[in-house]
Amino acid sequence: MSAALEVRDLGFELPGKGEGGRGRRLVEGVSFTVGKGETLVLLGRSGSGKTTTLKLINRLLEPTAGEVLVAGQRASDLDATRLRRRIGYVIQEIGLFPHFAVERNIGLVPSLEGWPPARIADRVREMLALVGLDADTFGARYPHELSGGQRQRVGVARALAADPPLLLLDEPFGALDPITRVELQREFRALESRLGKGMVFVTHDVREGLLLGTRIGLMHEGRLVFVGTPEEFRQSEHPEVRAFMAAA
Amino acid sequence: MSLLAFYARNSQEVVGLLWQHVYLVLISTGVAILIGVPLGIALTRRPGWRGPVLGLANIFQTIPSLALFGFLIPLPFLGGIGARTAIVALVLYALLPIVRNTYTGIAGVDPAVREAGRGMGMTDGQLLRLVELPLGLGVILAGVRVATVIGVGTATIAAAIGAGGLGVYIFRGVATVDNTLILAGALPAALMAIAADGLLGVAERRLGWRRT
Repeated sequence: MSAALEVRDLGFELPGKGEGGRGRRLVEGVSFTVGKGETLVLLGRSGSGKTTTLKLINRLLEPTAGEVLVAGQRASDLDATRLRRRIGYVIQEIGLFPHFAVERNIGLVPSLEGWPPARIADRVREMLALVGLDADTFGARYPHELSGGQRQRVGVARALAADPPLLLLDEPFGALDPITRVELQREFRALESRLGKGMVFVTHDVREGLLLGTRIGLMHEGRLVFVGTPEEFRQSEHPEVRAFMAAA
Repeated sequence: MSLLAFYARNSQEVVGLLWQHVYLVLISTGVAILIGVPLGIALTRRPGWRGPVLGLANIFQTIPSLALFGFLIPLPFLGGIGARTAIVALVLYALLPIVRNTYTGIAGVDPAVREAGRGMGMTDGQLLRLVELPLGLGVILAGVRVATVIGVGTATIAAAIGAGGLGVYIFRGVATVDNTLILAGALPAALMAIAADGLLGVAERRLGWRRT
């Protein structure tokens, strides 16, 4: 059985001329595997290449080196839009469509994929229940009528709607107040084990990473300098890991 | 002679000129929408075109309308005397607000929303149709409204090159120093501009999406 995600020697270089005629490298030599039911947390400072790595996986940016396999298939062999419909994507700003009601936001990928309306409606209710929102209360509301925490739940429900094998989350709880944040982290943890999907979760919050990750990958200056379980992370002697643990 | 008496006596001619005026504005604004909206969309896809295209549209806007009508008369196909020439000139005037507002409306869509759309697997066409155009519609319609109001005013000058419309009374009134005649053309033109502004304003509020 193939892993949900396999990344081999991934690199991304900005076009343009740096030293020796090469552009600036934002990501270099990144390799990791994410199995089903596993959450890899990508931890790192701002500008360490975490978000860039995510965008290389769903080809919002095209890798300049290495390859990405999603559920065993090479991402570069697929059409980019088809690839993205098989990968759930949650970003910090959420990016809910403000002119779509909650139902339509969640049902978006299924409708792009041409599911029959009745099946979409069922799926939307199921997803709302999964993230703890009552379908009758929230389905017809618009994003501006929701609280920050509710919006982020809808964002997660939307990413899961087409049942993708892989989920990419870019600081999904970053903009929430601390109380809501802890609440959502707890719920997300419960979801992780129920869903059995591969997840890559980007954050710069060590505590969040240790709570939610089955493994932690630490990025530093475009490279993955450490990968290990939360326990291994706590005990690592790597200077960048120590710097993060000291901040926790 | 009072205005009302004038209208009563010339009702058939008034209705004819009024209709000509509406026709000039509707056709020219329609053509400007058909050209301007796709052009505005193209500018959001090709940022390099933005400067030259908006610059050119700006230049048309600065040419005095009477002079533009004059310039167009000797041109083959587009020019000559009559409604066709007037429509060409009115289209050129209407283009700038429509192109600019289409560009602004689409470029103003929240980048996070756009990225979410792309990240979820929308094609560029789907992103445009499902996200960018609906969210930018209010701003685009505001451009159409400005273009229409400008068109109603500018179309009065079209009478100078034989295109008819309410300007006929205005020019005739100026030539004969007859204020009633000038008013007979100017008043309905002004009312038409106000009505167009109001109607399109309602459309803008109803169809345009706004954060409430």
